[in-house]
Amino acid sequence: MDLFFLLTQIILVPSVAPLAVGIIKKIKARLQNRDGASVLQPYSDLRKLFYKDEVVSSDASWIFRAAPYVVFGVTIIAGASIPLFSSFSSTHLMSDMLVIVYTLAIGTFFLALAGMDVGSAFGGFGSSREMTLSALAEGGFIFSLLTIAIMTGTADLFTISGNTLFFDGQYLIPTILAFSGFFIILLAETARFPFDNPATHLELTMIHEAMILEYSGKKLALMEWASANKLVIFFMLGANVFFPIGLAASESVGALIIGLSAFFLKLGVFAAIIAVIESVMAKFRFFRLPDLLIVSFILNAVAIGLIYL
Amino acid sequence: MLTIILSPLFFLTALALFGAGAIGSLFLQKNDKVTNWWSNSFAVLGTALGLCFSSAAIYAGKEYDFMIGSSPFSLLSFSFHVDLLSSFFIFAISLIGVFCSVYAFGYVTHYYGKYQLGTLGFFYNILFLSLFLVVSSANALFFLIAWELMSIASYFLVVYDRNDPANIKAGSLYLVMTYVGTAFIILAFLFLYKYTGSFDFSAIASGIALVPQSVKNAIFIFALIGFGIKAGIIPLHIWLPAAHPAAPSHVSALMSGVMIKTGIYMMMRLFLDILQPVPLWWGETVLVIGAVSSLLGVLYALTEHDIKRLLAYHSIENIGIILLGLGSALIFYTLGVPSLALLSFIAALFHTINHAIFKSLLFLSAGSVINEVHTKNMEEYGGLIKYMPSTALFFLIGSMAISALPPLNGFFSEWLTYQSLFQGITSFHYSLRWIFVLAASSLVFTGGLALMCFAKAFGAIFLARPRSGEVLHAKESAMPMRVAMGLLSIVTIFFGIFSGYVTRFLEQIAASLDIFHTTTSFVSVTPKLGLLLTDGFARVSAPVILGFFAVVFGIVVISVRFLVNRKQKIVVGKTWDCGTTLGPRMEITSTGFARSIILVFKSVLKPSLQREVRYHDEQSRYFSHSGKVSMHVIDMYQQYFYEPINTMINGLSLRVKNIQGGNINVYISYIFIALIISLYVVL
Repeated sequence: MDLFFLLTQIILVPSVAPLAVGIIKKIKARLQNRDGASVLQPYSDLRKLFYKDEVVSSDASWIFRAAPYVVFGVTIIAGASIPLFSSFSSTHLMSDMLVIVYTLAIGTFFLALAGMDVGSAFGGFGSSREMTLSALAEGGFIFSLLTIAIMTGTADLFTISGNTLFFDGQYLIPTILAFSGFFIILLAETARFPFDNPATHLELTMIHEAMILEYSGKKLALMEWASANKLVIFFMLGANVFFPIGLAASESVGALIIGLSAFFLKLGVFAAIIAVIESVMAKFRFFRLPDLLIVSFILNAVAIGLIYL
Repeated sequence: MLTIILSPLFFLTALALFGAGAIGSLFLQKNDKVTNWWSNSFAVLGTALGLCFSSAAIYAGKEYDFMIGSSPFSLLSFSFHVDLLSSFFIFAISLIGVFCSVYAFGYVTHYYGKYQLGTLGFFYNILFLSLFLVVSSANALFFLIAWELMSIASYFLVVYDRNDPANIKAGSLYLVMTYVGTAFIILAFLFLYKYTGSFDFSAIASGIALVPQSVKNAIFIFALIGFGIKAGIIPLHIWLPAAHPAAPSHVSALMSGVMIKTGIYMMMRLFLDILQPVPLWWGETVLVIGAVSSLLGVLYALTEHDIKRLLAYHSIENIGIILLGLGSALIFYTLGVPSLALLSFIAALFHTINHAIFKSLLFLSAGSVINEVHTKNMEEYGGLIKYMPSTALFFLIGSMAISALPPLNGFFSEWLTYQSLFQGITSFHYSLRWIFVLAASSLVFTGGLALMCFAKAFGAIFLARPRSGEVLHAKESAMPMRVAMGLLSIVTIFFGIFSGYVTRFLEQIAASLDIFHTTTSFVSVTPKLGLLLTDGFARVSAPVILGFFAVVFGIVVISVRFLVNRKQKIVVGKTWDCGTTLGPRMEITSTGFARSIILVFKSVLKPSLQREVRYHDEQSRYFSHSGKVSMHVIDMYQQYFYEPINTMINGLSLRVKNIQGGNINVYISYIFIALIISLYVVL
């Protein structure tokens, strides 16, 4: 049972991640009065990329070649270690909030190195921007999880997601504040509006796309897939840490079915929110982004203060 | 066998070996090669003995008190007290010392025929000798002698490369700062002597109740300044980014890895052991200093493009993180939560040893690079990963460890530090809670910024294309250097994976302090070698993380490389750059990489930008001929702390000069007046 559970956890995130991207793209297209591609289009894109030949820069070192595996692997590890559809876990050993945050940081680190490795003007600047944002996002990220950890008395994400303290009157406002802070970080870490524009390759705006500009074939597929995984990871952190509803609390079949349906529902809701945000607002100027990240941090500091009122 | 290793004689043999290494190098200095072998062999032997001795002592939990010879003065005694805390620091010094000395075999060859290797060997061994004495002496006067020996030996090592005037300047700054520090330390010890009547640490500790609180507070401030200068806390750090880069790289590694830790050692010894019980504000002060040092340290590191200065600023940052642990330990203990204090103290000790390991690894790999490219300026590196692949790998491991990425060692000590700060947030009320929130947030941002800084450093040094001709001639460093760096990388990984064992030993070491004798720690080691907080707040397990990483990466690599599309062709092409010519100027530089974060923190860093453009035609100003941009970061301490002090002292000296009239009669009248006053006071 433990092994079955672990395998489900490992497979679930990468298998639905392209769907999440597809849903966002579909909703955005509909909002722009286009029909848009099928929600399953990202799967076909990945398949196509996996079967293409590759061009690798002559300046690239082994860092460039290894980075896609590291970046992708890290999202699999993080995805398997957070509550997705259940609030029980077989291990509890990887699900500490700091382990998740710093494991994701490994991915960011290698992504940035890969961007610099080929020596193009785009890659380097993409890395610089990415590291600037992620350095500033770390405060909001850890503190938003910490707020909930303090409320529930544990930093273990599975144990947190088994809790229903959030709906107590005392904790409601801190939870909402912490979630708002977290949501800003979600947008930053998954390279969404207003931080980054995932749809363009315009050198003035791009961050994530600039770093993976030199990739092609399998490695590009891994990079794209990893960023989709990261999207799902942040969706699920947002849903199951801050408002844990519908998670399976036991191993019964009924609870698991409810848990999985809730998982897909949450995925859809978050994807819709992202799509709407991307349709109604513009990207921010780069030097306004730190303000937003600091706001996230301050929201969380206020939330921690409110817990003890 | 164990009984031999555990005898004090073993420790003294190590000291004697350093002595022999030092004296011998002076006699042999005619022949560079022999001097190299002599001095470094003795250093390796001495530190190896130190390693055996300290690990055996920690393993057996044994403490020593012994004395050598007798001194002509009643207050001074050459007595040693080696408890587990001392053993821990001897362990750290020896561990780093062994690798630095192995590295030195290959590294110092580039000084052949340029400088006298005898003096290098002499001061290098003396530095080890004094480091051992500093952490083991039991008498304040003996300690001061050892402390001075350490300062002087390290000064001469800093100015060893004497042809560069910048090094001489850095050395003088170091000497001035270190003497200011020593002055404060002497004051602190004199106060202790006045009230306890002894310079023996044990006698001081037992008589500490006789010292009034106000005097104790003064002693705290003096000790904080005195040892803080050595440790490099902000704003007393200015010597550190100047002196560490000036020294030969294996000495920089030693200075950054362990010498600045002697300041931390004495703070631990005084605040947690000798001066207990202490008031609350001491801990708060240490915590706030730790928070400020860690955050500002990493910010200044980001502005650097000199690789060794960058690493030196990271030492300041990590000293800050250690002080976060120490500060919370003081607060927790004062407020009667010794189990949490023990947790914080373990975190501080763990980070002390971890920082020693990965920082010396980073300094040694930086030294290898500098040795090949002949400059410390990162802007002139680039693409070195193809010329020095092993060095690049070692630097990468060091970078990941210092950025606290799991499952390397830095992560686990920062994890423990985080946990103690989190416990501080949940345990206390109002102002105290917010101090912990401040400390935790500084640690959080420090982590993110350190990651950025090492992405910058690794990228600028090793990735992309060479930015100067020197890089093209770079070769992989000599065998002893690679062995030393490789072993240090293994130690880095080892201390991460076996963080459970390490924590268990550190708990034993921490519990040997009087205040923790009966305390059970707040962190326990689970059967899977994980760390678990007693209230179940958090847990982490290095072997599980490693295993999970290995399995997942294995599956991903195998399935993507060998199962999907095996017929894939890989073509090597040029980097796409919109059709422009690819030159080194197209790559990002370390200055460019950090520019946006510097602008984000412009209120602290105060960056300035000056442009000079020369035009083909000065009248029309359409076509620029050449341009020059200079960017600076204003050092706030220099401007707002040291400059005013400097101006004040200069002004005061000018006033004082007035009494120097040049007329002998005036001087005689001064003597007369002085005589009258002293007679009046005495009678």
